[in-house]
Amino acid sequence: MQQLARRILRAPWSPQPWRATALIALGWPIGLVGTVGVLGLTTLTIACATLLGPAVMGWLIPPLQPFATWRPWTFVLVIPLFTALLLWSVPCTVVQRWRFAAVLGIELPAPPTRRRLLGLAAQSATWCQLAYHLLAGVLSTVSLAITAALWLLGPPLALQLLYLWWLPDHGSTATVLLTSALGVVAFHLAPWVAEWIARLEVGMARDLLGPSRRQQLAELSERVRVVVDSRLDVIASADAERRRIERDLHDGAQQRLVSLAMNLGIARLDLDAVPEATRKAIENAHEEAKLALTELRDLVRGLHPAVLDERGLDAALSGISARSPVPVTLHVDLPHRPSRTTEAVAYFVVSEALANVAKHARASRVDIRVSHREHTIAVVVTDDGRGGARLDDSSGLRGLMHRVGSIDGSFRVDSPIGGPTILTAELPCES
Amino acid sequence: MRVVIAEDSVLLREGLVRLLDGAGIEVVEAVGDADELLRAAADHEPDLVLLDVRMPPTHTDEGLRAALVIRRQWPAMAVLVLSQYVEERYASELLATETSGVGYLLKDRIADVGEFLTALRRVADGGTALDPEAVAQLLLRTRSAPLARLSPRETEVLRYMAEGRSNAGVADLLMVSESAVAKHVNSIFTKLDLPMADSDHRRVLAVLTFLKG
Repeated sequence: MQQLARRILRAPWSPQPWRATALIALGWPIGLVGTVGVLGLTTLTIACATLLGPAVMGWLIPPLQPFATWRPWTFVLVIPLFTALLLWSVPCTVVQRWRFAAVLGIELPAPPTRRRLLGLAAQSATWCQLAYHLLAGVLSTVSLAITAALWLLGPPLALQLLYLWWLPDHGSTATVLLTSALGVVAFHLAPWVAEWIARLEVGMARDLLGPSRRQQLAELSERVRVVVDSRLDVIASADAERRRIERDLHDGAQQRLVSLAMNLGIARLDLDAVPEATRKAIENAHEEAKLALTELRDLVRGLHPAVLDERGLDAALSGISARSPVPVTLHVDLPHRPSRTTEAVAYFVVSEALANVAKHARASRVDIRVSHREHTIAVVVTDDGRGGARLDDSSGLRGLMHRVGSIDGSFRVDSPIGGPTILTAELPCES
Repeated sequence: MRVVIAEDSVLLREGLVRLLDGAGIEVVEAVGDADELLRAAADHEPDLVLLDVRMPPTHTDEGLRAALVIRRQWPAMAVLVLSQYVEERYASELLATETSGVGYLLKDRIADVGEFLTALRRVADGGTALDPEAVAQLLLRTRSAPLARLSPRETEVLRYMAEGRSNAGVADLLMVSESAVAKHVNSIFTKLDLPMADSDHRRVLAVLTFLKG
C-alpha cells in the first residue's frame, strides 16, 4: 500500500511520464502532416481517376479553371499522383520512427525497403503504413487533447485556494474543495494516462510501421535457416579440425616418437660396455618414450580415429572399448552408416562416457549398445557403478550434452545413488 | 631372409632399414607408397614385406589393401602390417582366409626391438603375429558363452595363442613349463569344442575363427 502511494505521489515528478508526454506532443504535428498528405493525395487520385478531375484541379489551381470543361484530361495525372501517395508513406514513416527513437530510444523494426514502385504497391506493409498515417492525425489529436487537459487543468484546479480571492465569482466552498481535489487527482492521473497512451502508440506503430507478420515470419525463418546452416558449418569444421590434428600427429609427432623409441631400443640391446648410470638413463628414456607413445595414442583415439571414417562406428568403438580399464560389452546394430557428423558425435559420447566411468563410477562392468530406431541412433551406456552422476560442470557429461545438443540430439542421465548409471543419447540420422 | 619395406615416413623407414640390417636381415628395397610396394614385391619376390597401413596418396587403408593383393598374388610371401592404431576390423580382413605368414602389429612394438624381431621372424617362417590390442578387441566382440567357462589362466593362454605364440613362447611369458601350457591348451580346445590342430598356425586359425564368431 505504502509503495503504491509513494509511486502515485512520485509519478508526476519522474522522467518517464514526461517522455511519454513529449512523444504524444511531438506526434501531433507529425501525425497531422501525414494525415493531410494521405487524405489530399488519395482524394486527388480518386478525383483524377473519375470525371471530377478537371473541376477539382481547376478549383485547386485557378489558372487551370478554363480547362474545367474539357474532357477528363486529368487521367494522365492518376499515375504520378498515385505514385506520390505511395512515396508519401516513406518520409512519414522515417519521421515517425525517428520520433520513437529520439524520445523513447525504441528502435522499431524497419519496414522492408523496395526499390521498385510496383513492389512498393504490392506489399501489404506499404498500405499498413498509409493506414497508420491516415489515422495518425486524428488519433494524435485525441491523445494530445486528453494528456494536455490532465496536465494543464490539474495544477490550476488543485491550487485554486491560492488565487480564489482574486476571481470575480467562485462557487460554494464545497464546489471549490471538490474541484481542488479533482485537480489533484487529475495531476496525479496524468502520468499514468500519458504512459498508457504512449504504450498504445508504440504498439500501433510496431504493428503498422514495421514489416508485416508474414514478412517477419519469413525473415525469422530465413534467420533460423542461416543459424542452423552456420551451426552445421561450425560442427563440420570442428570435426574437420579434429581430423586434421589426428593426421598431423600421425604423420609427425607419433612417427618421431616411434623412431626415438626404436633407436633407444636398439641402444638398449648393447649396453654391456657402458657405465651403470648411462645404462639406467637409456633404459628410463626407452620406457618413457614408450609411455609417451601410448598416452599420445589414447589421446588421439579420443579425438577422431581414422577407422571411424573408413569403417564406421562399429569398427571404431572396439578400439576404445578394448582399452577401457573397466570390462566392456559392446553391441552395435546399425543397418547402414549414419552421416559422418552423427558418427563422430556417437563416437564422442561413448569415448567420454567410458572415460567418465573409469574416473568416477567405480564400476565392474560397462555395457554399450548402439542401435537404430526410427530416424534416430540410440547410444546407451550402462555401468554398474555407484551412481550419483550429475550434469554439472565438474563432469564431462555437460560437454557431452552440449555436443549432442549441437546436432539436435537428446541426452539423458539416469543415475540414482548406488547405481546403475544409464546414459542415453538419441542422435538424429537421415534415414 | 629378404625383405621389402613400405613406410611413408622417411625417418622411420631409414630406422627400420638400420634395425633389420643390424639383425642380419637383408632389406632389398624400401619404398614410400602402396603402388611402389606392389612393384617392388613383383620385382624382388621377397620372403616378407613389412608395411604401414596408412600411406599416400589417400592416407587411409591402402597398406592394408596392398597386403591383401600380395596375399592373393604371392601366397608364399609373408606380410607384416604395422599401424599406429590396431583395429580388430583390419585384423579380421587380414586373417580372413589364411593366418600363416601374416602379422599385424602396433608400430609401438618396434621399440621393443627383440620382441619385434622375434615376431617378424615368426611371420617369415609361416607363423602369425597378432597384436595383443587386436586380440583384446576380438575378445570384446566374441559373444560366445563358452569363453566364460575358461579359467583366468586359460583366458590368458588363449590370448597368447591368438597372438600367434608357440607353446614355448607362452611358457616363457607365463614362467611355467611347456607341458603345463600344453595342458591348458588341451583344456581350452575341449571347453571351446574346437578340433585339435596339428600345427601352430592351424591352431591360431582355429582360435581366431572361434573369436570372430
